[in-house]
Amino acid sequence: MSETKKTDADVTAAPDEREILLKVEGLQKHFPIRKGVLQRQVGAVKAVDGIDFEVRKGETLGVVGESGCGKSTMGRVITRLQEPTGGSIHFEGQDITRLNAAGMRPLRRDIQMIFQDPYGSLNPRHTIGGIVSAPFRLQDVEPEGGVKKEVQRLLELVGLSPEHFNRYPHEFSGGQRQRIGIARALALKPKLVVADEPVSALDVSIQAQVVNLMDDLQEELGLTYVIIAHDLSVVRHVSDRIAVMYLGKIVELADRTALYEAPMHPYTKALMSAVPVPDPKRRGAKSERILLRGDVPSPISPPSGCRFHTRCWKATEICRTTEPQLIELRPGQRVACHHPENFEDQAPQDTVLLSVAKEAASLVAEEVLAESAATSAAVAAEVEGSQEAEPSETSAEKPAAEATADAEATSAKTGPGARTAPATGVQEAKDDGQESTDE
Amino acid sequence: MTELSKTGAALGEPAPGNAPDAFLAVRDLKVHFPTDDGLVKSVDGLSFQVEKGKTLCIVGESGSGKSVTSLAIMGLHRLGAQGKHVQMSGEIWLDGKELVSADPDEVRRLRGREMAMIFQDPLSAMHPYYTIGNQIVEAYRVHNDVSKKVARKRAIEMLDRVGIPEPNKRVDGYPHEFSGGMRQRAMIAMALVNNPELLIADEPTTALDVTVQAQILDLIRDLQKEFGSAVVLITHDLGVVAEIADDVLVMYGGRCVERGSVDDVFERPQHPYTWGLLGSMPRIDRETSERLIPVKGQPPSLINVPSGCAFHPRCPYADIPKGDVTRTVRPELQQVGGGHFSACHLSPEDRTRIWTEEIAPKL
Ligand SMILES: Nc1ncnc2c1ncn2[C@@H]1O[C@H](COP(=O)(O)OP(=O)(O)OP(=O)(O)O)[C@@H](O)[C@H]1O
Ligand SMILES: Nc1ncnc2c1ncn2[C@@H]1O[C@H](COP(=O)(O)OP(=O)(O)OP(=O)(O)O)[C@@H](O)[C@H]1O
Ligand code: SF4
Ligand code: SF4
Ligand SMILES: [Mg+2]
Ligand SMILES: [Mg+2]
Repeated sequence: MSETKKTDADVTAAPDEREILLKVEGLQKHFPIRKGVLQRQVGAVKAVDGIDFEVRKGETLGVVGESGCGKSTMGRVITRLQEPTGGSIHFEGQDITRLNAAGMRPLRRDIQMIFQDPYGSLNPRHTIGGIVSAPFRLQDVEPEGGVKKEVQRLLELVGLSPEHFNRYPHEFSGGQRQRIGIARALALKPKLVVADEPVSALDVSIQAQVVNLMDDLQEELGLTYVIIAHDLSVVRHVSDRIAVMYLGKIVELADRTALYEAPMHPYTKALMSAVPVPDPKRRGAKSERILLRGDVPSPISPPSGCRFHTRCWKATEICRTTEPQLIELRPGQRVACHHPENFEDQAPQDTVLLSVAKEAASLVAEEVLAESAATSAAVAAEVEGSQEAEPSETSAEKPAAEATADAEATSAKTGPGARTAPATGVQEAKDDGQESTDE
Repeated sequence: MTELSKTGAALGEPAPGNAPDAFLAVRDLKVHFPTDDGLVKSVDGLSFQVEKGKTLCIVGESGSGKSVTSLAIMGLHRLGAQGKHVQMSGEIWLDGKELVSADPDEVRRLRGREMAMIFQDPLSAMHPYYTIGNQIVEAYRVHNDVSKKVARKRAIEMLDRVGIPEPNKRVDGYPHEFSGGMRQRAMIAMALVNNPELLIADEPTTALDVTVQAQILDLIRDLQKEFGSAVVLITHDLGVVAEIADDVLVMYGGRCVERGSVDDVFERPQHPYTWGLLGSMPRIDRETSERLIPVKGQPPSLINVPSGCAFHPRCPYADIPKGDVTRTVRPELQQVGGGHFSACHLSPEDRTRIWTEEIAPKL
């Protein structure tokens, strides 16, 4: 995957000047729940519940989030394989939200989807050759050198051999099926490819090859990708920008580097801390991992205010009552949170943690809390409170508490738009505390 | 994995035919599929064993025969239309019973109760017209004489344990109404409903995000602790392997190229393909600017398997062993340490030198 690495220069190459290819506003997809003989609607699964984002020509937008948060649904709606319940979708400036099948047909060539479930999306009665040449037949395209030759070239590109041409889907391994889906989607050189977990069933070496291939095509043909994945290490390698979803909403949307180095949404931070590291020596090194309290709430009746408040260790009253808007706190970093990490508190007046937040905090490591305290008055108060409750340790702990206060002062001074992460302040201050303990 | 025998040659010998001590023992397993283009040798002489309470992780390239191996243990190749064609040989011993030669009905009785499998493809393993709940209830009632009501309670409990929110409502949902990850978890619930003694999990966590993944791995560990189950886990996620494996088996082109304890394979890997695997892994604890070392080239054809060492067309070290031995002689598994085996013609000196000087510093 080395060659595919996006340098930071790519990202900073004035992405804002690139033309917008896809623009999504207020997008919703609700699945009605019906009951009884009359099939009356009794509720709805709010799989996607009001999201806004845009994708620029030639970029790769990664979408991550917990299972069931609406990623695949979002993908199927923006490619118009499912009807949106609300909101709008513009492709190359054209409103495609309500286009009918005939209106969509010419666009089918430009917008392709790679499906999460490779088996379900391949017709078991057609050979692989037939499946991959279908797009050429349907769109009446004759590639140079003929369909068969082109199909064989495509299969080779994704690491399958000509001996696979006449075989049926059930004769393939999981990873091979996924690559068939990729070959089919790339056949007509589309403008936008929405790839739902394109490499999750592939082992690392083929993952690298497929990612390389997608990257080469991007360079050659200016392809644009929306890549849905739960594997944060893969997403980091392929994306220019990343959107983090939680229960049908985007909670953070940022440049790759910003997101990995200074995530602002507590959920992003938790998600990142849980990635397993391939090193048996670090087995059980769970202290750094932020465990989330309880289950993902139901998308049928999502929590009020901030949907994450039932599991967030920073949640205060305002989080329960008021939904935070997705706003640009730093250039290129949009966040929906009242008490973001690595940034100034957006609701400093709210200084009392909800009781669920206290429970959530008990699953979070001290270091994480200390970092959070720097940007949340409520967490700071709580951290301080718990120290007072243990008088035997006050002498050792006190410098840390002061440190927190210091860090707060720093963040207050630097104010909005400050580039320095307040967390660093805590880190330094803590080291000081360490010294004084030793004395 | 206790050693089957000391020398690699003995490993390839015809299986002795008597019951082994291990709970699960696979000996010289071959699974071949005749096709119009030729014979596909998906699994070609594979041996390993797993004790109760232990986890063996099988890793290897896409198409290397991992799923075919697991389907063979479950006796699923002999079913349906495929069953007429598949050619299977070797021995699979489960708890003292040999399954390759056993009556299909007998194997069917073991399936679901003594051994269960989590399939790579949740959609293909679930029936689209029945609710998730009904499918779990059926799986439970086949082996337990209980009322529908009791079974439903058990189904809801299992859905809850795999982290499906609002399981008492979701139990009545259909597979297409579940997200990809939820379907996978529902299947895991179905596989675990009878507390199987052998669990084969084929990529159980690929469709899952990290938080749920951690939950599922915990669940598998619980099962192991509580019932002493043996687990065979197939995955390409080396993070998961590091987290859960006792032993690791690396497959390439239908054969085992390296196996040993998890520490052996991660810290003292001996096979060039294993080096490639470890090198091509994106890691979140590393800088993105660091170079990865991918395995170059295409996966081997299983019809015309490369001569000699199947990995030779892609192996950067193929020219080091003297003569053209890597191209003409198939390397057998050799013991390279206690319980650690590798199939490669490189001399121990060359292996150690390449590993310590070229590979390890880059990992
Ligand atoms: N019924 C069949 N007929 C012909 N070939 C088959 C059949 N089933 C599997 N194969 C071939 O056998 C090889 C091994 O397949 P298998 O499903 O075991 O791979 P795998 O290691 O599980 O790969 P993945 O990681 O992609 O799931 C593949 O090359 C596949 O194409
Ligand atoms: N056809 C449907 N009918 C009812 N509910 C649905 C339907 N399709 C999806 N859902 C629900 O919508 C929610 C979002 O599903 P979606 O498939 O978009 O999740 P996802 O983010 O892709 O998850 P995963 O990572 O597990 O694939 C889930 O709760 C799912 O059960
Ligand atoms: S601090 Fe409040 S707004 Fe921010 S994620 Fe937590 S609950 Fe939501
Ligand atoms: S036997 Fe030769 S070709 Fe095969 S892995 Fe060893 S060095 Fe490489
Ligand atoms: Mg999905
Ligand atoms: Mg497989």
